Amino acid sequence: MRFSSLRGVLYAMPIALLTLIPLLVVLGSFLHPQPEVWTHLSEYVLPDVIKNTLILLLGVGVGVLLLGVPLAWFTSVCDFPGRKFFSWALMLPLAMPAYVLAFVQVGLLDFTGPVQTLIRDLTGDSSWFPRIRSTGGVVLVLTLAFYPYVYLLARNAFLTQGKRALEAAQMLGLSRQQGFWQVALPMARPWLIGGLTLALMETLADFGTVAIFNFDTFTTAIYKSWFALFNLPAASQLASLLVLFVLVLVLLEHWARGARQYHGRIVAAERIVLRGWHRYTAVVLCSSVLLIAFIIPMIQLLFWASTIWQEDLDGRYFGFTLRSMMISLLAALIVATLALLLVFIQRRFQGRGTRWLVRIATLGYAVPGSVLAVGVFLPIAWLDNLLIPIAQSMGFATYQILKGSVAVMLLALAARFMAVAFQPIESAMQRISRNQEDAARSLGLNQRQLLWRLHLPLLRGGVLTAVLMCFVDVMKEMPITLMTRPFGWDTLAVRVFEMTSEGMWANAALPSLMIVLTGLIPVILLVLKSEK
Amino acid sequence: MKKFALTAVALSLLAGLAQAETVTVYSSRNEQLIKPLFDAYTKETGVEVKVLTDKEGPLMARLQAEGGNTPADMLITVDAGNLWQASNMGLLKTVKSKTLETNIPAHLRDAKNQWFGLSVRARTMIYNPSLIKADQLSTYEDLADPKFKGKLCLRTSKKVYNQSLVAMMIAQQGEAKTEQIVKGWVANLATDVFPDDTKLIEAVAAGQCAVGVVNTYYLGRVLDKLPADKREAYGAKLFWANQKTNGTHVNISGAGVTRYAKNEAGAVKLMEWLSSEKAQNLYADKDMEFPANPKVKADVLVSSWGPFKQNLINMSKAGELQGAAVKLMDRAGYK
Repeated sequence: MRFSSLRGVLYAMPIALLTLIPLLVVLGSFLHPQPEVWTHLSEYVLPDVIKNTLILLLGVGVGVLLLGVPLAWFTSVCDFPGRKFFSWALMLPLAMPAYVLAFVQVGLLDFTGPVQTLIRDLTGDSSWFPRIRSTGGVVLVLTLAFYPYVYLLARNAFLTQGKRALEAAQMLGLSRQQGFWQVALPMARPWLIGGLTLALMETLADFGTVAIFNFDTFTTAIYKSWFALFNLPAASQLASLLVLFVLVLVLLEHWARGARQYHGRIVAAERIVLRGWHRYTAVVLCSSVLLIAFIIPMIQLLFWASTIWQEDLDGRYFGFTLRSMMISLLAALIVATLALLLVFIQRRFQGRGTRWLVRIATLGYAVPGSVLAVGVFLPIAWLDNLLIPIAQSMGFATYQILKGSVAVMLLALAARFMAVAFQPIESAMQRISRNQEDAARSLGLNQRQLLWRLHLPLLRGGVLTAVLMCFVDVMKEMPITLMTRPFGWDTLAVRVFEMTSEGMWANAALPSLMIVLTGLIPVILLVLKSEK
Repeated sequence: MKKFALTAVALSLLAGLAQAETVTVYSSRNEQLIKPLFDAYTKETGVEVKVLTDKEGPLMARLQAEGGNTPADMLITVDAGNLWQASNMGLLKTVKSKTLETNIPAHLRDAKNQWFGLSVRARTMIYNPSLIKADQLSTYEDLADPKFKGKLCLRTSKKVYNQSLVAMMIAQQGEAKTEQIVKGWVANLATDVFPDDTKLIEAVAAGQCAVGVVNTYYLGRVLDKLPADKREAYGAKLFWANQKTNGTHVNISGAGVTRYAKNEAGAVKLMEWLSSEKAQNLYADKDMEFPANPKVKADVLVSSWGPFKQNLINMSKAGELQGAAVKLMDRAGYK
């Protein structure tokens, strides 16, 4: 037992190192205490940002569950007019970067936006209009941007758990409603927690969206220490606290989940036909979410893009798009493979050490992108500084070896997005029962055959979800691409960065639009897959 | 092994011969604004310019980590505060160039000549003429007066432009007085601070606020998009602040040669070219800034705002006092 656990640690280590090294670099900042900055921060900055961060986590957490779960339930288990359309359309917001949604919604709904301007033109006064740049506004925008994580994973759960459990519940005298609350929902828990975890980690790491709202969170304090006080150690120290916080949350969740098991047999489900007001609720909910989170923002982006595309859209956009797609695809494949390996290792070698390493490997997602980028870049630059003299002594006039390579950029992206791939695959793994494994083994399958013939086929859905979610996420990612890209490797997200950093929203709309459109392909694939 | 090494050396020499000269630039300035200049430079001299863009913080962290092995020859950023920090971190080297010293006025460059301003950005007031008259406006300091209660709009204190403005005020008025002023600003705010200058300008034009503080080129961009006959009627007008006192606050976008530049001569040449009359036209016009080279005239739209008195305090103060300014704004509750 102990030996097996040790082997688990050994196998998981190389993958965990991808995240562990940058995290250790960030933690290393504690070697340089910054008492002066800390005194200032703890007196004037931290009280507010901690309060704001907790409010945001609570708001977005409740929000994504309240949107994601019912939407997933309606479109996967029930039947109502437009269900087929909504089941894929509701995934579209996944392709919309949160900061883009933010600048669109603020552009639309703020005092100077078209909505309030129209109200003023008609009635002369728009002061009663709710303020978008407010706590409620940030929570709303982040909820709309991140609910697809819960929606996607919850749909997966509801689609695969089959109706048998629900039928059994009804035979035992539970109403349909009770069946949902007492059977379907608890059975979907690993998926819901997985989606929720992703949404909350994104919320913690977010900088772009909260900056548009000027809503100060913990990340704001990190960037303030770095960009305004030029104190990178203090910034890293704050970031380490963030990582610690996430680690505690993850442990709490693990502890709460306890020894429950979540397998069930998959039987093709017959849909529950919604009638009466249930029907209207479903249609109204689905269409309003789609409208606010996707269709209206798209129209605004199209409008902005239409004002500038003639001067901006040149041949370079082809390159931006191609590189974006290539990096996203490669990174998604790498991350999903590594996550799959992690899930296997966790399943095969169950020990505390393995479990810890696996958790650590998925923490990169909660660290603000720029900080993680530094954590990745420092060790690479260090290695490069060792390698360059060797290369030069061999006659190569080079000043970057690893730094300028796409491979390093891909590994850095893997460190950031491991969680995105891990959650859906791990949830799918929990569907496979020990009994199934035992049965397969009693039929003479060895460990490797078990993997190929039992696990992989059953995990296919989870893996595909992982690949596609990572693809879309890498597409939208900025800080790591900025920091680790080779010269000339500008992508669509880099272009968005250039434009937004100067407040040129109309010019940023064009690359944003292309990110969304390119991200749509995997989203549509996701749907086709889940409908099967 | 020896033979291999020799071949490698020979090959790399050949490659060196075949390759055109390159200058490598790390830039936090919008690529779209500098690319046309570099293209023009390449066309003129055959020297290729390679650019990598990112935010200032990551770029400096990158330069520091790369140390002697950095491929970068030149660092371009906006705001003197950032350039001062880069110099302070030991990332830049002193440049001896008569051309640059002639072309760039002393207050727009570093005392040790580690960085040079290439364009001037004025941060001044805009007002809505239907809500307030120009003669009611005077100085940045005056905006703290209770008569502006509920009329003032500001951009977030997280933007380095505001940090530099406050840093310069600290340099000239002292910390205690500046803190009173900033507190007064906060008390006068018409609405939450804005994420960017453009939104602020729109808010002034729409009447949400009577007066605000912005960089002029943002107003230039807004006006530039309007048809010529609508510009006069636009709801946000420019007002040159502090003309009767120490002059309007100006800042720069600028550049320095990196400490471990591989092509130092090439970087200096590029910088000299950027400060030349020919390039200055392009450099400033592209973003509606003011040329740093006093011999060059600003864009027509920019010139239409008329001449103004600049605050001639040396830009280095913006960097030296940036930390103090940030902390002061935190204390004053300026978000």
